[in-house]
Amino acid sequence: MSETLLSVKNLTLDIPTGSGTLHAVRGIDFDVRRGETLSIVGESGSGKSLTSLAVMGLLGKTIKRSADEIRFADIDLLKARKRVMRDLRGNRIAMIFQEPMTSLNPAYTIGDQLTEALLLHRKVSRAAALARAVELLEKVGITAAASRLSQYPHQLSGGLRQRVMIAMALMCEPDLLIADEPTTALDVTIQAQILRLLVDLTTEMNMAMILITHDLGVVARVADKVAVMYAGELVETGPATEVFAAPSHPYTRGLLRCIPQPGKTARGAALGTIAGIVPSLVGEVTGCAFRTRCAHAIPACRDPIPQRGDASHAFRCVFADGALSEEGKVA
Amino acid sequence: MLTFILKRLGLALLVAFTVSFISFSLLFLSGDPAAALAGETASGEDVEALRRLYGFDRPMLVQYGEWLFSALRGDFGESYYFKLPVASLIADRLQITMTLGVCGIVFALVTAVPLGVVAAIRPNSLIDRVALFLSVAGQAMPSFWFGLILIVVFAIQLGWLPPSGAASWKHFIMPTIVLGYYAMPAIMRLTRAGMLDVLNSDFIRTARAKGAGETRVLFKHALRNAIIPVVSLAAVQMGFMLGGSIVVESVFALHGAGYLAWESIARNDLPTVQALILVFSMFYIVFTFIADVLNAWLDPRMRSA
Amino acid sequence: MTDAADPLAREIRGPSPQQMLKSRALSHKGLIFGMSVVVLLVLVALLAPVLAPHDPYEQSLMTRMVPPVFMGGTWEHPLGTDHLGRDYLSRLIYGARVSLMIGAIAALISGVIGTAMGVAAGYFGGKVDAFVMFLINVRLAMPVVLVALAVVAILGGSLTVVICVLGLLLWDRFAVVMRASTLQISRRDYIAAAQVIGASTPRILLTEIMPNVVNNLIVIVTLEMAHAILLEAALSFLGLGVQPPTPSWGLMVSEGKNMMLFEPWLVLIPGVVLFVLVLAINLMGDGLRDVTAPEGRS
Repeated sequence: MSETLLSVKNLTLDIPTGSGTLHAVRGIDFDVRRGETLSIVGESGSGKSLTSLAVMGLLGKTIKRSADEIRFADIDLLKARKRVMRDLRGNRIAMIFQEPMTSLNPAYTIGDQLTEALLLHRKVSRAAALARAVELLEKVGITAAASRLSQYPHQLSGGLRQRVMIAMALMCEPDLLIADEPTTALDVTIQAQILRLLVDLTTEMNMAMILITHDLGVVARVADKVAVMYAGELVETGPATEVFAAPSHPYTRGLLRCIPQPGKTARGAALGTIAGIVPSLVGEVTGCAFRTRCAHAIPACRDPIPQRGDASHAFRCVFADGALSEEGKVA
Repeated sequence: MLTFILKRLGLALLVAFTVSFISFSLLFLSGDPAAALAGETASGEDVEALRRLYGFDRPMLVQYGEWLFSALRGDFGESYYFKLPVASLIADRLQITMTLGVCGIVFALVTAVPLGVVAAIRPNSLIDRVALFLSVAGQAMPSFWFGLILIVVFAIQLGWLPPSGAASWKHFIMPTIVLGYYAMPAIMRLTRAGMLDVLNSDFIRTARAKGAGETRVLFKHALRNAIIPVVSLAAVQMGFMLGGSIVVESVFALHGAGYLAWESIARNDLPTVQALILVFSMFYIVFTFIADVLNAWLDPRMRSA
Repeated sequence: MTDAADPLAREIRGPSPQQMLKSRALSHKGLIFGMSVVVLLVLVALLAPVLAPHDPYEQSLMTRMVPPVFMGGTWEHPLGTDHLGRDYLSRLIYGARVSLMIGAIAALISGVIGTAMGVAAGYFGGKVDAFVMFLINVRLAMPVVLVALAVVAILGGSLTVVICVLGLLLWDRFAVVMRASTLQISRRDYIAAAQVIGASTPRILLTEIMPNVVNNLIVIVTLEMAHAILLEAALSFLGLGVQPPTPSWGLMVSEGKNMMLFEPWLVLIPGVVLFVLVLAINLMGDGLRDVTAPEGRS
């Protein structure tokens, strides 16, 4: 097995608000190896995007970040100076954002924006940078790549812009690519193409990828590992195949019931829903955050929750089997 | 872009035409321009003579037509008071007003834009509060009073600057500050709001994710976008400022076009007043036209449209 | 399910909109300051005959240019007397009437004109909108001070003329803002819903559009009132606004200007009062905007 590229231990993010501290992310651990795709799945507001921005060091000034460890290759990102972080960003760690429509600067051409990272981090000529830009635009499937360089973002469709964003992220051949909901804003037909493209590129370039999404269908197709996030906590992590085959946490099972699965979901059967709403994370949060929506919650859910399973497939629940046996009774 | 310019030009011409009609007809408000010109003590015959001399006895539209055609050829008639062609009278005085206008807008820009940028980078900081105070105070400060205070302090008490006149560049310092201060609040607020807006946008995050440094993010990525509306505001403000020069020029006894306007109004010099209203309006129309074209050219989204 | 006392299960509920409005208003220092000063000056203007120690028109050649108390004068004339021996404090107090009246009525007139134009343009769009935009362009192209001066000079400088001229000149911002807000509102679904159930146009304008743009309207009224007060002062300063012996702050600055070298307080006092009033009205307007449209704030 290849070396660990990024390792995050006990990451906590607090946001001070008018009515108290919002505990947006609480003590999460995950790691990614070279060539591996980790998918962080969760609802909107579960803290996925904040987690990725925390790794990049791009959190807003008001957000407090603390962790036992955030290590990228042999660099301690917790202690890294601004200068070191800047050298990493866009160079060894690149990021693709959710909104291709607004993530490109309207005042500059595609060519200017594509070459910027390369010119910042490498000693290359502008001509060489432009050549590399054309090469990558072709790689991400953009036709007439050379003529795109002088175009402005508003002249491109959403799908094209997201391809440009991907090309832009790959300019310096990063070791780690963080893709935050890269397909959410796109048409369904384009979504599949972009996703395929990302997977192919990670394999081809031997990159690690963190794919952030709320779409389990996406995860099932591309991820090696899955981390399920709920209200600022990772409730279950493990190899994608295992998590899909044998989901251990009640929340994961709830999520999987929400999507139709060929062969498993009976014709005409209603899809599942998870009742209730995401809890407020302002003020002190203890125990399992899912207990307000969990059918099997017991008073002990308010106490600290033990980690179950093994190092590769882990989950947090008061029930040793993640209340799987309880589920039979309820149903 | 060309269609846009042509459309905009058509609008400008239409506005200019309407303004010319209004500025001409304004002076018929009194009912009888001849009587107004002759003054209260004049006899009926005097008024009648004046009426015929200046052609006030003909229909108003005919008079307007004649006036407009001469105006298009640069002939605004003769000043009642100065007994000189209005056009050359205004041309002589415009130099001072233009100098003042350019100095004023430059002063406003070089103070307001940096203040707005810093205020946006550090919201609620000391500089932000100072900038906000300056802009709020600037909007409430009567410019004639501000000018007089400057004269009392810098010309009379300290003796650093000449109180009035236009003999040297030193004479222009205080008028520039007073006129520029008038445009500052709007420019500063727009720069600050624009920067705040842009700094929160997704593409700034993209720039940071590429590893761009703060200076690069601020100036290359943010300011380039935030400055677009400021440029057009500055051109509009320039138009307003020339119109506002009447107050500043009278406070500092600068004999520019604004001062001329004040003199002519006080002396019932109708042709000069008509011509000045038209000239100042034309400046505004030209500046806003330039502003819109500049805006379209600076913004790639409009350039290719 | 867990019991109701679970802190995580508590309902996420904030204060009501009215409560939030009230608390935002009370914590907005600019608004509180501006409003207090404006209320104070309105009271002073209303109670002028009671408050003024002297007749503002009474001249006394024996007591000309008496300095104010803080410059060695007496309490007989707390702010001194002007070049005709008139009590400066009394003239200031009566001057508040002039400024506030001109500001309020001019803003009202231009408010009615501008709102009608703006709402019509925003609601009907098309040709109406194009025509209103054209009128706004024409109006903006006319140099306000110059046109106002010329018209006042032609018609004669009475209070009524100054008020009417300013009222007829300052409608542009009303039209621009009302047009934008109406445009925004009339695209909402509930306007379409009202049209679908057959509500008449006047009814839609009055019951659906106006309540939603009235906040913006109030803000513009205050800002234009300040604008009108400043313009009146400038016109009067230039000798072509309110005519003597009416006490107007702009006129007082103008009259004091000639003695500025020796008695700078003659210029300083009316200027400061004018500045404070306009500042207060502007702060009130900005505050109202912040309080009623918090999302528009940075």
